[in-house]
Amino acid sequence: MSGVISVRPKDLPFDESVVGHLGCSGCGAFVAVRLALKILGDQTMLAIPACCVLATTCFYPQVPLKVPTLMTAFPATAATASGIAAGLRHLGKKKEITVVGLAGDGGTADIGIQALSGALDRGDQILYICYDNEAYMNTGVQRSGATPKGARTTTTPGGQRGMWESSPKKDLLSIVAAHGIPYAATSCISFPQDFMQKLAKAAQVEDGPSFIHVLAPCPPGWGYASEKTIELGKLAVEAGVFILREWENGEMKVTRKLRKRKPLAEYLKPQARFRHLTDEEIKAMEEEIARAWETIS
Amino acid sequence: MAEFKFINGNEAVAYGVKLARAGVVAAYPITPQTKIVEKLSELIADRELEAEFVKVESEHSAMAACLGAASVGARAFTASSSQGLAYMFEMLSYTAGSRFPVVMAIVNRAMAPPWNIWCDHQDSISCRDTGWIQYYVESAQEALDTVVQAFRVSEHPEVMTPAMVCLDAFVLSHTEEPVAIPSQDAVDAFLPPYNPPYRMDVENPMTFSAGAFPDSYMEFKYGQHLAFQVVPRVMREVEDDWERKVGRSYGGPLEAYRCEDAEVALVTVGTATGTARLVVDSLRESGRKAGLIKLRLFRPFPVEELRETARSLKAIGVLDRNLSFGFEGAVFSEVKAALYGLPARPLAAGFVAGLGGRDINVEQVEQMYDRLESASRTGLMEREVEFIGLKGVAV
Ligand SMILES: Cc1ncc(C[n+]2csc(CCOP(=O)(O)OP(=O)(O)O)c2C)c(N)n1
Ligand code: SF4
Repeated sequence: MSGVISVRPKDLPFDESVVGHLGCSGCGAFVAVRLALKILGDQTMLAIPACCVLATTCFYPQVPLKVPTLMTAFPATAATASGIAAGLRHLGKKKEITVVGLAGDGGTADIGIQALSGALDRGDQILYICYDNEAYMNTGVQRSGATPKGARTTTTPGGQRGMWESSPKKDLLSIVAAHGIPYAATSCISFPQDFMQKLAKAAQVEDGPSFIHVLAPCPPGWGYASEKTIELGKLAVEAGVFILREWENGEMKVTRKLRKRKPLAEYLKPQARFRHLTDEEIKAMEEEIARAWETIS
Repeated sequence: MAEFKFINGNEAVAYGVKLARAGVVAAYPITPQTKIVEKLSELIADRELEAEFVKVESEHSAMAACLGAASVGARAFTASSSQGLAYMFEMLSYTAGSRFPVVMAIVNRAMAPPWNIWCDHQDSISCRDTGWIQYYVESAQEALDTVVQAFRVSEHPEVMTPAMVCLDAFVLSHTEEPVAIPSQDAVDAFLPPYNPPYRMDVENPMTFSAGAFPDSYMEFKYGQHLAFQVVPRVMREVEDDWERKVGRSYGGPLEAYRCEDAEVALVTVGTATGTARLVVDSLRESGRKAGLIKLRLFRPFPVEELRETARSLKAIGVLDRNLSFGFEGAVFSEVKAALYGLPARPLAAGFVAGLGGRDINVEQVEQMYDRLESASRTGLMEREVEFIGLKGVAV
């Protein structure tokens, strides 16, 4: 990438690079895609696997993406992006073009993690963006490795056995950072400045892969009214549930420290997926969050 | 001028890829294909081949990387076998459906379990309907020549379809023979740089491997079907040009060996052809009217060529190194289907042999010809499907 990219909102291009997608109203994932393409610009190529973003942008003959895009198989995002990068390198065109893999949390933390690990390990120069709506939304809200503990999904329906999601959210950022890549960060669409700044940094990496994990709330999947997307993303961060961090020069740091965490209930209560939680359970979760913060800071 | 090297089938494939100037190689090791990957790594490391080598962590990623590389207009190659090919299966239809002319060598190996690294054709035959052209070769020389030709056929604007070049495990992959390596100039004159009509391009952005609703999906598939239909013609044109420039030809989609006045013939795939050739020669010496049909192209199936060759036969046999469980060998099914449209058809017998690397020897092949001849005398095929070389008991 050439020069320093300004991330002042007033400097962002007015033109949109994704126009006329079929996503739900209030979709957090598309906020991420729109902002990302404004930062990345038109010298960008995308690899997108099966996920909500693909299902709502891929249909012939009305494709809404204005950058060259290769749709690929669900597990294959990173390897496909690596192939694009290798092809461009062979043709002497890689320097000018940012090759981006864009996948959901399932396509990243679960089925695509092998290909992702391979690409990170090889040090391929790709930028990988995982938009995280915390479940397999495209197929109707099944749990993924990124689904938080306690959440209801269609495969963790509670029922008589109380079979809610039972394991904590996978720590993708640490998994990625453990590959020793130059740059990785978490962000959230409700903090556009943070997201775009980190993206700009990630796009400027010239000596290997970079990775952005962005929380992107989903109205039908989480069970809230569509106008609350930004608000819930904010609450996820401010209640300390989703931590904004950055991995750079071999060091992990928290980029948004919280002087005081918002009560967890404020974040959980508006969401149908957490409606079954008792006050005691919420309290226990809050204690877990406190412990997590202690270990990282 | 061609240079001769004493090399095995795997190395011959690697030299074919080098001569074709592949731009991206992404591959994962598996016996008996590994030597292809190793040799290509060497050639790339020593700058004998100016290409990117993507050290993928799996076959699924190997094909995904080829998909990505081909999408921007790079000539892409990979190789696999057996379990590796099965692991890659999902990506096969992606590459084919996206119409990217990737070429892949398959060193045919049995599918586990029982775990077995030796030759049969179950792996690639099981990929019949993934939208890939499938060639099968008999010698290391043919492997090299076919790899180069495969790029040209696949990249033909009317074809734009990926291809597998299949060679038998060990018998071919690990057996050395003198191979003529054509000069780079000759190959350059034969195979121009890859220049696809559409590619991922920031100046002209397009979406590739898009989705299609029921109102258009079928037309995409019909497009692939039409592309396959021109392959036999294009393959012949390409071979003719190869013959002009390099001086070798294998007879197009199938080779009819001593079939002119034959009453019986056996269809073979891969190295069993060599054994069958010997048998036919000795049968001919004793005045028996036996011929041999070597199938080089399995997908698309060369229906016209087969009908032309087989229409005057009294009996036709098919040697299958694969098995569609509970039914018969897959090539046998194809041969019968192709001949069904003839007003008068030869009697047909299917022989399943050589699974999991079991040797197919001269006696077995003679036995097949005996069966065909007795059927042609009596006008009756006693058993349609027979296992040859079976020890009689199931384990
Ligand atoms: C190999 C394979 N298995 C399963 C599927 C079905 N599938 C398509 S998208 C999807 C879920 C995607 O979830 P995620 O990656 O989290 O993205 P989201 O839909 O939430 O945006 C699944 C299970 C598939 N396309 N391919
Ligand atoms: S289900 Fe969720 S992620 Fe998918 S399009 Fe709708 S809002 Fe976006």
